[in-house]
Amino acid sequence: MKIIETNNLIKRFDGVHAVDRLSIGIEKGQITGIVGPNGSGKTTLIDLLSGVLEIDGGEIIIDGTKKISRLLPHQVSLYGITRTFQNVRLFEQMTVLDNILVAETERNVFGSFFEGHAQCHYKTAEEVLRKVGLLENKNRLAVSLSYGQRKLLEIARVLAMKSRIYLFDEPFAGLFPEMRKIISSIIQELKRENKTVILVEHDMGLIRELCEHILVMDEGKLLAQGDPGSVLGKREVIEAYLGR
Amino acid sequence: MTHAAFYGIGAYTTAILLTKSGVGFFGALVLGIAIATAVSLLIGVVLSRFKGDYYALGTLGFNTIVFGAFLNWKNLTQGSLGIPGISRPELFGINFTNNFNFLILALIFLILAYSVARFVANSPFGRVLKAIREDETVISVFGYDTLHYKLVVFVISAAMAAVAGSLFASYITFIDPSGFRVAESMFILAIIILGGLANLRGSLLGAFFLILLPEVMRFVGFPSDIEAQMRQVVYGVILILLMLYRPQGLIGEYKL
Repeated sequence: MKIIETNNLIKRFDGVHAVDRLSIGIEKGQITGIVGPNGSGKTTLIDLLSGVLEIDGGEIIIDGTKKISRLLPHQVSLYGITRTFQNVRLFEQMTVLDNILVAETERNVFGSFFEGHAQCHYKTAEEVLRKVGLLENKNRLAVSLSYGQRKLLEIARVLAMKSRIYLFDEPFAGLFPEMRKIISSIIQELKRENKTVILVEHDMGLIRELCEHILVMDEGKLLAQGDPGSVLGKREVIEAYLGR
Repeated sequence: MTHAAFYGIGAYTTAILLTKSGVGFFGALVLGIAIATAVSLLIGVVLSRFKGDYYALGTLGFNTIVFGAFLNWKNLTQGSLGIPGISRPELFGINFTNNFNFLILALIFLILAYSVARFVANSPFGRVLKAIREDETVISVFGYDTLHYKLVVFVISAAMAAVAGSLFASYITFIDPSGFRVAESMFILAIIILGGLANLRGSLLGAFFLILLPEVMRFVGFPSDIEAQMRQVVYGVILILLMLYRPQGLIGEYKL
């Protein structure tokens, strides 16, 4: 069953088509990889799916029927979609723990004056921080973390959201092998929990290892799709990466 | 930068009610808070459509409109003549005409306002506000309608400014529009920046420093005909030095 679909999705920046009449479907409970050369529209697609960018045309459908094309990011989030960013975006002047707790707080304004389930939230926050190996740093400011730790904190923050659909935008970029292992195992665990993962990544080894299905984008269009083994060997895909 | 407007709304509500009706100080205070709350809610919805520089300009515009109303709505505010003869509060037989008693009353309100601000800052609501300050897009991706949060905190701060205005009107016993110009909002902003952003104690420190500074400067010996202008120069120099060497303020936690 397709959990997210796009029909003729369009996004232009100053007349340039970043996403050009893109129609794709993402299977529920799968890890779907999105690959393509720089500037092919992968991050723009993630921005459109999460509501961060407004679409210029087409539609985004979730669960087969619900159109979420014109929703704002906080409304998209209600459908169980969460994401990380290509350039890590943390709440820098807040502690590591607060970065996680903020993902758990009551969304209702007046309800948020009182921490209704403080113990439960702390427990979940500590659990996700332990999972990424940052529990000992919970009282440090996010700004003081190393690059790798910042990436891990961003992953922990989306885990605390307990969403249905996770959009990861280059989560492995620039990380040491140990940290890559942690993120890789987290993504596999999400799959075991029947969550849907969309993974934008340049490392083809990781794409082969993690993804059951991949979409190859080039110049905002869908170039190819299928299982990684067959798609990554296609001539047009190699040409898109290496140039014709 | 609308604080002088809400401060003025609190002051004028108190002044008008105490001089023209039988309502006591505390009744006037509550009504001042209610009016400031209603006006801030209304203007907050309008201002929320702007961002960045345009938002700042919108707030300045609102302050100017309110100042204009104080100056020109003569039937109600007596315009530039101001409202004299505002009485001091009285509660449970305690008369606050005595300055020491009024100081105690002001301190009680300070403690109350500080406690409310501290509660808000330390609550999960405050945590979301900090996250909005850090990155509004990211916090909205996490399911928060940031507009509601900003509106609520705007209304809370307007209500607090109205309390200060009520106390001011009753303490001085005379008000006129000149105390509620845009310059007053700038002064309040300077207090926050000097004391330190994102730190409640910093706001207190900034207030002590900038309110007491003119008293200290009496002993500097500026010629009396340029004394007022020199005070503005000193404020300006202090703010420039802070921006250069301590952008987070004296004990602030956040750099602009």
